This record gives sequence, C-alpha cells and structure tokens, in this order.
Amino acid sequence: MIVLGVETSCDETAAAISSDSKILSSIVSSQLIHSDFGGVVPELASREHELLLNSIVEKAIQKAGISKTDIEGIAVTRGPGLAGTLLAGVCFSKGFAHGLKKPIIGINHLEAHIFANFLADPNLQFPFVCLLVSGGHTQLWLVEALGGYTLLGTSRDDAAGEAFDKGARILGLGYPGGPEIEELSRGGNQKAVHFPRAFIKDKNIEFSFSGLKTALLYYMDSYDKNGNITKADIAASYQQAIVDILVSKLKQAIKQTGVKTCVVAGGVAANKSLRKAMKNSFTDMRVLYPDLALCTDNAAMVAYLGELYLNKGVSSAMDFDIDPNLKLA
Amino acid sequence: MSIINVNLNSVNSTQSFAQKLASLLSAGTVIAMTGDLGTGKTTFTQGFAKGLGVQGNVGSPTFKLISEYEGADLMLYHIDCYRLKNESEFMNIGGENYLDPVDGITIIEWSENIANVLPDNCIKLHFERVKDSEDKRELTIEGLGF
Repeated sequence: MIVLGVETSCDETAAAISSDSKILSSIVSSQLIHSDFGGVVPELASREHELLLNSIVEKAIQKAGISKTDIEGIAVTRGPGLAGTLLAGVCFSKGFAHGLKKPIIGINHLEAHIFANFLADPNLQFPFVCLLVSGGHTQLWLVEALGGYTLLGTSRDDAAGEAFDKGARILGLGYPGGPEIEELSRGGNQKAVHFPRAFIKDKNIEFSFSGLKTALLYYMDSYDKNGNITKADIAASYQQAIVDILVSKLKQAIKQTGVKTCVVAGGVAANKSLRKAMKNSFTDMRVLYPDLALCTDNAAMVAYLGELYLNKGVSSAMDFDIDPNLKLA
Repeated sequence: MSIINVNLNSVNSTQSFAQKLASLLSAGTVIAMTGDLGTGKTTFTQGFAKGLGVQGNVGSPTFKLISEYEGADLMLYHIDCYRLKNESEFMNIGGENYLDPVDGITIIEWSENIANVLPDNCIKLHFERVKDSEDKRELTIEGLGF
C-alpha cells in the first residue's frame, strides 16, 4: 500500500511516502530551507506550515517516483503538539484525502516515534523498552505490540535534551547544547564536581533535570577560573550526571519488565558518553540506536505507522479532530 | 500601576504562593513571567497549576512551546518563549489565541521575547535568584488595578 505521511506537530513541516513498509521519500522542511537558503536555517521559520505543505508534499511525491493518484491512503499527525500547526497539517491532509477519495488516519506523534525504531531495524521484535530522549521528551516506554504501550516513566520538569541545551547556555556554549557540552567535556574529569542526580535511589521511574540545571547555575556563581577545576571538568561532570540518571532509570525499567531489547531514540542518544555507559551497563542486552534522522520529527514514521493501521482496515472518520494533548497510554 | 515584592524562601513556598494566587484569578488573565534560567518560572507554574486543580504533571514547555492543561474550572495555557526570537514567530504558531484566553489563564515564560504583543492588563512577574542560596527567590509583581 502506498501511503502519504504528513507531520506538522511542532517546528517541522514534513511529508513522506511509504510503500509496503519501505520509505520511498522523506522530506523535512528544515533540511529543505537549509539547502535552499545556502546553509542558513531560520530557527522556527519552518513552522509556516501552510505555506510549505504543498511544495513539500509535491517534493515527496516526486522523489518517490510516483504520481499523486498512486497514493492509496493518507496518514497525518493529529497530536500531541501545537494546536495551530497540527490543524494546518490535518486540514491539508483531509482535503487531499477527500480529493483522492482515499482513507485517512490520524496518528499519535509519540506512537510514530516508537515505530520509527522498526524503520531503523526491521528485525526488531516485541517486547522492548524504548528510552526516548530529546529536547522535548524524556520517556521510558514498554512496547509490547501495536497499540500495547506502557509509560514506565517520564520527566517531571525539564527533558534531558533541555538539560544539555540550558547547561550549555549557562556554560557560555552554543546551541544545540548536547554536542557542545560533549566537545568541551573531552579530557575533563567527570568526578571533579558533584552534581545532584535526582531520584536516582528512588524506586519509582521518574526523571528530573531542573535541579541539576540550578546546581550548575550556583556552581558557576562561585566558580574560580584560576582554580584547579577547568570548564572541561565542569562540563564532563554535568554530562555525567545526566548520563548516570538515564542509565540508572533504564536499568530499573529493564529489571522491572525483564525485556532483553532496548532502544535509545532521540537527539540525546547521539551522546558518546551515554553510549559508552550503556555499553558497559547492559552487556547481555540488545541495545539499538536508530539513525538520528529517524529520531527527530519526520513524516516517514507517520507514513510507516499509518500504513500498518490502514492495512488492518483501521482509518479515521473524515471529521476527526486534532488533539494537542493526545496521550498514548 | 502597583508593584509588590515577595520573598520566596524555598521551592515549597514558591509553589504554595503560586497556588494561592491561582485561586484568586479569573478567566482571561494573562501572566507574563521574566527572569533568567533557574529562577523558578516552571516551579511557580507547577504550583499555579495545582491551584487551578490541574491533575498530573506540569513539565517545561521549552521544546513544545505551548502546553494546555484542564483545571477544575479553567484551562491553563503554559507558554514558553525561550526558543522564540520575536513576536512574529509567536503569532506564527497561533499565539494571539492565547493572549485573550476566554476559558482560562495564560502563563508565559520568557515573556520578554514577545514584550510588544503582551496585553496592557497582564500581570508581570519577575523572578531573581538570591546569591548563595539555591532555594531562595525574589519575586516582583507588577500590574494594573490590584
């Protein structure tokens, strides 16, 4: 089945074509603007979804080497996300489906993120634990089947990626903060400064990164540049605190569920210290890191998941609505 | 224009103050917060949400930009302009809908980034850290007609 996927839940406008669970094309607005404007990415400019949608969908169809009339179904993100941008994508997609007289399905953005892991590794088997760590999410999911998800834990305040971004700002580094902190950490002593690791001894699986950020702020207030501790030491210590929190909660999740496979998805998964700690901590586990392009917001995951549902005969009525607060479980 | 200064001595006092304030406000109120990283804006909003009877977790909306919560009687619109460069970016994501919240209260972090579109009658909260104390914060409240 050939499915058009549309994603406009936040910053990105994206469209993709899938066919029999293979992605034929995947277009994301930030990349498009990047190439069209000679490398300058106007941050958040991509949210002018309405203006971009038509051309991005055209590009996706063209790149897939199909024609519009080959499309057999449409999948579009209906939440969670920003009301205004979701509406742009859903209205566009409904018009498209109506014009082609094809079925449409509204997709949960988080569920699509979880299923992006199958695009990265088609041999992935249920059940698995998915640690979703990005600028917007810090969530641990137990995934047992299509439609079978249990939220094992989430952050009560800042996301892990946000802790990197804001920590980088406090340290006077650039954006995005993850790679900047990682770079500065090289050669630094991760034990030089002790930063708090919230809930690390707690039995509940819950994350908190807000206190860590505040601890860094106060540490920098009294930081002596001419002392023994370098900025590399501070960055390394801060990074290690985030890594320790993530690894310890993942350990708890694995112990609690008894699964043998875990997937670490999202921008923070690219962090080398995290990967090293994971490798050392989970020696008898299968740990997967899907490609970053599949972890950031994209429409390939929406098309892929939509095709799974449409193949089962599941679709949405034409009057379905967006839901900015859509929950998964 | 009235200005009130409040000393908040801990996370708990920030949250209980916010909780009390929430119970005094009515639909249509816009609260514009300013203050640097780690001064307690999200912490304040968590207490505020509790005061409105929001169930469940209120996290940082830095990435999501806008989070909507259902309170007992009112909606809570929690907005974060940290990633926004200017007012037009805010308007591009449908921001104007949240500046006159008929069915609830809008609370905006990093409101300095959209200063030119804030309603005249909004309540301004400015947060400052107190040196050498990780928990203490100074809050300045500014607004018309209270």
